[in-house]
Amino acid sequence: MDNQYIYEGASGPWELVVGLEVHAQVISSAKLFSGAATTFGAEPNTQVSFVDAAMPGMLPVINKFCVEQAIKTGFGINAEINLVSIFDRKNYFYADLPAGYQISQYTRPIVGKGYLDIELEDGSVRRIGITRLHLEQDAGKSIHDQHPEKSYIDLNRSGVALMEIVSEPDLRSAEEAAAFVRKLRSIVRCLGTCDGNMDQGSMRIDVNISVRKAGEPFGTRAEIKNVNSIKFLTQAIHYEAERQIVILEEGGEILQETRLFDSARGTTRPMRSKEHAHDYRYFPDPDLPPLILDKAWVEELRKNLPELPDAKKSRFMQDYELSAYDASVLVAEMETASYFEEALKFLKPLNPKAAKLLANWLIGEVFGALNREDKTIEACPVTPPHLSGLINQIQEGIISGKIAKEVFSLMWESEKDAKTLIEEHGLKQVSDDSAILAVIDRVLSKNVTMVQEYKSGKDKLFGFFVGQVMKDMAGKANPELVNKLLKEKLG
Amino acid sequence: MSLDQTTVKRIATLARLKLSEDRMGPMQQDLNRILHFIDQLNEVDTSLVEAMEGTNVSSMPFRKDVITEENCVEKILANAPEVACNMFVVPKVVE
Amino acid sequence: MTTPITKPALKNDLIRLTLAEAKEGLLKKKFSSLDLTKAYLESMESNRNLNAYILETPELALERAKESDKRLAKNEGGLLEGLPLGIKDLFSTEGIQTTAASHILEGFKPPYESTVTQNLQNAGAVFLGKTNMDEFAMGSTNMTSYFGSVINPWKRSDGKDLVPGGSSGGSAAAVAGGLALAATGTDTGGSIRQPAAFSGIVGLKPTYGRCSRWGIVAFASSLDQPGPMTRDVRDAALMLQVMAGHDPKDSTSASLEVPSFEKSLTQGVKGIRVGIPREYRLDGMDSDIVKLWENGAKWLQESGAEIIDVSLPHTKYSLPTYYVLAPAEASSNLARYDGVRYGLRVPGKTLDELYESTRSEGFGTEVQRRILIGTYVLSAGYYDAYYLKAQKVRRLIAQDFELAFQKVDVILAPTTPTPAFALDESPSDPVVMYLNDVLTVPANLAGLPGMSVPAGLSRDGLPLGLQLIGPAFDENVLFRAGSVLEEAAAFKSFLER
Repeated sequence: MDNQYIYEGASGPWELVVGLEVHAQVISSAKLFSGAATTFGAEPNTQVSFVDAAMPGMLPVINKFCVEQAIKTGFGINAEINLVSIFDRKNYFYADLPAGYQISQYTRPIVGKGYLDIELEDGSVRRIGITRLHLEQDAGKSIHDQHPEKSYIDLNRSGVALMEIVSEPDLRSAEEAAAFVRKLRSIVRCLGTCDGNMDQGSMRIDVNISVRKAGEPFGTRAEIKNVNSIKFLTQAIHYEAERQIVILEEGGEILQETRLFDSARGTTRPMRSKEHAHDYRYFPDPDLPPLILDKAWVEELRKNLPELPDAKKSRFMQDYELSAYDASVLVAEMETASYFEEALKFLKPLNPKAAKLLANWLIGEVFGALNREDKTIEACPVTPPHLSGLINQIQEGIISGKIAKEVFSLMWESEKDAKTLIEEHGLKQVSDDSAILAVIDRVLSKNVTMVQEYKSGKDKLFGFFVGQVMKDMAGKANPELVNKLLKEKLG
Repeated sequence: MSLDQTTVKRIATLARLKLSEDRMGPMQQDLNRILHFIDQLNEVDTSLVEAMEGTNVSSMPFRKDVITEENCVEKILANAPEVACNMFVVPKVVE
Repeated sequence: MTTPITKPALKNDLIRLTLAEAKEGLLKKKFSSLDLTKAYLESMESNRNLNAYILETPELALERAKESDKRLAKNEGGLLEGLPLGIKDLFSTEGIQTTAASHILEGFKPPYESTVTQNLQNAGAVFLGKTNMDEFAMGSTNMTSYFGSVINPWKRSDGKDLVPGGSSGGSAAAVAGGLALAATGTDTGGSIRQPAAFSGIVGLKPTYGRCSRWGIVAFASSLDQPGPMTRDVRDAALMLQVMAGHDPKDSTSASLEVPSFEKSLTQGVKGIRVGIPREYRLDGMDSDIVKLWENGAKWLQESGAEIIDVSLPHTKYSLPTYYVLAPAEASSNLARYDGVRYGLRVPGKTLDELYESTRSEGFGTEVQRRILIGTYVLSAGYYDAYYLKAQKVRRLIAQDFELAFQKVDVILAPTTPTPAFALDESPSDPVVMYLNDVLTVPANLAGLPGMSVPAGLSRDGLPLGLQLIGPAFDENVLFRAGSVLEEAAAFKSFLER
């Protein structure tokens, strides 16, 4: 077993077992069972229909587009689509649950078993099982900070469609859990089924965590609710794993309970509202006949899916000879992949490695600069055609790779294209034999002793001469030519 | 099957009903009478029967993804016992 | 024989007319909608002792009657133009208190109109007010209403106050006693048919999905169905024609064309096969009821129908099935009454206290009983033994009917095992009370249309009803057979006596 999966406790190593339930808000204009709007951030209770407020006699009618979104997401997670599924009522009393039940799917979800392949930092790939995806209604929002003794209820979110995606307990580290969420997010964003925006609550994660000694059955798990960023996910898992190990090593028992992540402290605590033992009394919603999907429609949705990150990755590897790592970095965010593909259109295929060179530049220089300035790729001052323009200059031997970095900095500042900047700043590479030969002669005559040493066998000095020539020419000499001419000169 | 008082209390809590001492006894008795009556169902062999969903419509109809309900916050709140800042008000909830 | 004690205020004969007769009178300008409406409002006032209405809306009624008269004058009247109706207080009526006869909804004014009442209004109907009922439609006596019991206009020879049946007891009493020309009801386990039988009127529970449930306070969603309560079979056809229709707002509403019901009224029963289900003959069944049933079969046979014995072997399990499923659905449907968004709030220090106080004070005992049973049968560890089991038996019950309807076109049975009983004879054991519904519940479980037609009197001079059950979406066979029974029985309504 790989070391990173193991927590060292006083009694020896513990294995971590993590399963995730991701609640992804479906992108749709109207709610799952009503015609009220779903826009984020509206004034309280202005996007509430009589159905969402659970007024007496109100009935749900399903939004077809939400069903479509769930099917597409199902294909995105390599899952089977169930042509017959059932909506159930999950019964519990809560301030922001107006009907006293949530319409969800329990025994027969719309999407069944699937999986996601996650790439780890060492380049390895792990397949994480997905148990199911089901559609359900979101609850409203309780606001606790407006009054010392009261909570206020806003039902704008009540009835918004959510997809709950449940993983198998296949994850063995916080890093894997983070990779799973990132992968899932890249898929739903690529499909346009969820915006993946965790700060606005469009993606919320419940984490099931337990620990065990290697080879033993699963331990008792705790469920951590409403973790709303990948950073917090990692923190919550680390904290909770250590909490459980300490308890177990002191001879205690883990309670099967629901805990809340406190992002300010980086800790978890039991949820007060979940102290009552829950009994959700699921049963099929008698207001809703079974959801029966037309096979032809489902097939049509499958055919019209956009290219998913995994397929894109394979294509990048095959067509552009990119490494698995580079390809997965490029496809992780839809915007990065689009930038890459847009840039490719302007890249001259002068060199079999041109695309590889572009990818390196994107992952290295562009990402580095974006990170330094905390910018997203959509706001990158170097546009895809400009980046390819720069690579073309390298390919054509007009500048060296080293000078290119300097040109890139200028491009970042000025938003001008490479060619213009090379001319403005006189950075064009010297590829004139006689000019280079003149410098070589000068360098060799200055370093007579070293030339002797080289000739008597100290081969390593060749690099020194190259460096001196380049330095003399302010880096603008064509490095290949310098090499060739020096070799000739030194015999 | 027969319900003891603990079970009746648990069920009442789940249903958010409060049963005072004097109501507990008669309620328990009534519930047990009803359950005893229901227990007749055990006589029926249903091992090969599929549960009935119980409507004359076999498949759920769809609505279009169109906003049909405009802002009607006044109507939503009109019957509420307590309102502040256009929101429903309840005793403080601790999560 | 009967001796009506509360004689309705018969200033004129307007309140004795049937819906169809009143419609004709309006079209022929024999009287106006205002005359008709006023006659009803006066009758309602002088019969308040029946407690048939929870809320009377005279101003609104008069206003609408005047509007109807204008439309009638221009020959622009709808199908029910100017005809005054009672509306069961389970139907949401926009801006008008809708309580389901529960304290928990007292004062609630829905900001919307139920589809069925909207259909009736669109056809020009005038609403007199909201009729009394059992709380949340749970009951067979109308005694569970927070707003008090309803008194049946009929009296037994001993002069005792009788129940009108339930849950649509207010609607039944209003139609029977001349306090509404016709009324809406809802039927979950017999709540239209049983009070219709007890009050000597026609009550029709349409096929599940025939009328929209949108805007009707839910009791048990898979069983609830609205329908008409009227003075005769023709009126039921007239009302249903307007009430029925596909509603895209109700996912369980059938997307089918509504046939013309009136046409079938005169088609007779020649060649129709009528099934007599042997399991409906209960042990120790009242001899009056047995006689009535035999008469019914004879009348249909004399009119050319063929009488065939059929078996519905799982009949016995209908009530236990119903008393699992209906409370289960109700326990969930009634969770929304929590004192937060509408209706009664009893304050509490915590939210749970608020919920418990509000619900314990807001719901009556029978409602609480059913919520508790429903919660129990859905709870962890019991779901399979109760709820799932009942859904399976429900399928067997539905299959019994499917098989029977391969052999017959309509089923004939009594509506109730007894005539109306006195308020003080109402059984205290809930299970004994539930037995009232034994003959009506199967049609709800199978989603089939059923109609009660008044067809005779008990030895105490109380009305008795015969029930017709048809195949799904074949209300027409009920109208055909119902008209024949009605004519043969020559039943005299309370108002005609």
